[in-house]
Amino acid sequence: MLEFFDALSRHGFLQTAVIAALLASIGCGVMGTYVVVKRIAFIAGGIAHSVLGGMGAAVYYGFDPLLGALLAAIFAALLIGWVRLNWKTQEDTLIGALWAIGMAIGILFIAKSPGYQGDLMNYLFGNILLVPQQSLWFMAALDALLLVVVALYHRQFLAVVFDEEFARLRGVPVGLFYLLLLVLVAVTVVLLIQVVGLILVLALLTLPAAVAGHYIHSLGRIMVVATLIGSGLSVSGLALSYQPDLPPGPTIILLAGALYVVSAIFAQLRQRHLARASLNHSGNQPHG
Amino acid sequence: MTDPLIDIRNVSFSYGETPVLRHIDLQIVKGEFLGIVGPNAGGKSTLLKLVLGLIEPQSGSIRVLGHEPAHASRQLGYVPQYPSFPRDFPISVEQVVLLGRIGMHKHNGLFASLIPERNTAADREAARQALAEVEADNLAQRQISSLSGGQLQRVLLARALVSDPQALILDEPTANIDQRLESDIFDLLQRLNERMTILVVSHDIGFVSTYVNRVACINGTLVCHHTDSIDGQVIQELYGENVRMVAHTH
Repeated sequence: MLEFFDALSRHGFLQTAVIAALLASIGCGVMGTYVVVKRIAFIAGGIAHSVLGGMGAAVYYGFDPLLGALLAAIFAALLIGWVRLNWKTQEDTLIGALWAIGMAIGILFIAKSPGYQGDLMNYLFGNILLVPQQSLWFMAALDALLLVVVALYHRQFLAVVFDEEFARLRGVPVGLFYLLLLVLVAVTVVLLIQVVGLILVLALLTLPAAVAGHYIHSLGRIMVVATLIGSGLSVSGLALSYQPDLPPGPTIILLAGALYVVSAIFAQLRQRHLARASLNHSGNQPHG
Repeated sequence: MTDPLIDIRNVSFSYGETPVLRHIDLQIVKGEFLGIVGPNAGGKSTLLKLVLGLIEPQSGSIRVLGHEPAHASRQLGYVPQYPSFPRDFPISVEQVVLLGRIGMHKHNGLFASLIPERNTAADREAARQALAEVEADNLAQRQISSLSGGQLQRVLLARALVSDPQALILDEPTANIDQRLESDIFDLLQRLNERMTILVVSHDIGFVSTYVNRVACINGTLVCHHTDSIDGQVIQELYGENVRMVAHTH
């Protein structure tokens, strides 16, 4: 660990990696909270995996894979959102199919691209140590976009994620805000792909918000705490992986998984304790 | 005669190949307290959803306050039979009620609905008053996950009232709570009826008839539609044979 901090002060690429981790954590905290409370992890997974199609096409046609990822993520979000809104009976099957089809397209493009294909592993599993410095501006711009849209429309988003039927009665264009929410999830996926790759994105999108949700019961505060947890996890994962030369992405995810399991057990025990304490406290008074 | 607040003319609706409502004609005028009764799967909730503009009829027309139902839904307060949200959602009672104020001062149309909104001091005051009206002001800061069935029902009623609607539409508001609370809720509805029209769906025909000033009995079609007492023949028409009628006095 100490060796990591020593290296951090000396190596520019590590500083870039830490900044990338922190920038990705903002998206993961804010949008991850919506993904968890709206229970759309499967949809987010579908968006994340089908992004490989866009990255593969970008490699094949020779433009920036990150831009390809962003376009593919937004396209996948709109397509999956449309399926969810208009084709509810087949939702599960269709999202599963889009998930796999997107990946298959990506793999075919990459297989047919000339030159060395080592990048494929980086897209799938991420490599935060290879984030180029200019990507930081791109990530910061995506974060700024997320924060501005969520700040402007937090009331409408809350209405849609809480109770779609009631939101519709209040004149909120539910379909439109639902699609906008998925597009922002898609943007977050692209942010996180840099850190943990598209296979592992889902864990970093859901686990910090789920851990925060064990203890906090307000959407805004869950977002802030999930961002802090995400930052802590990704920087610690990076630090832990440094000395034994482990890939940082999976290290971060295992750390997140471990934190979630410990937190879920602790939250369960805490709830039992509070229930018992409230019974002892209130004596025989019934709850109205 | 004044125009009806809700005007349903020759409306038929089916879910896929299953017809649910056939040729319904029903006019509800301002100030009424209408009970909609009938057997399960008779189309009561479907009729409410049509009035709210959540679904559209295959034939016939519905006007609410002179408009298409979907354009008038913000003038209505709706209390669903089952909450259409997860009970463990991290949200306080006050926030739930505040969501009832969304779109309060907006015009209809997509552009207007895209204008960002925030809770104002007036919204918070309206939420406080709505919670006080349903005697739930002490719950404002509680999480919805910690509420009992009766408390949640009052909060949903406050959410419907907070926009000061012209009519209140309730789908089996007392289905999940005990009988003592049922009377409390209906007493409250009777008070609210002094300033707004009320439509309430209930399966308890005897109970509801002591509060409302008109009953519409629905079983696919409008079986009866009057203010007279409901006798055995009407019950038999509505529910078919073999219905045991229990005297229900208050």
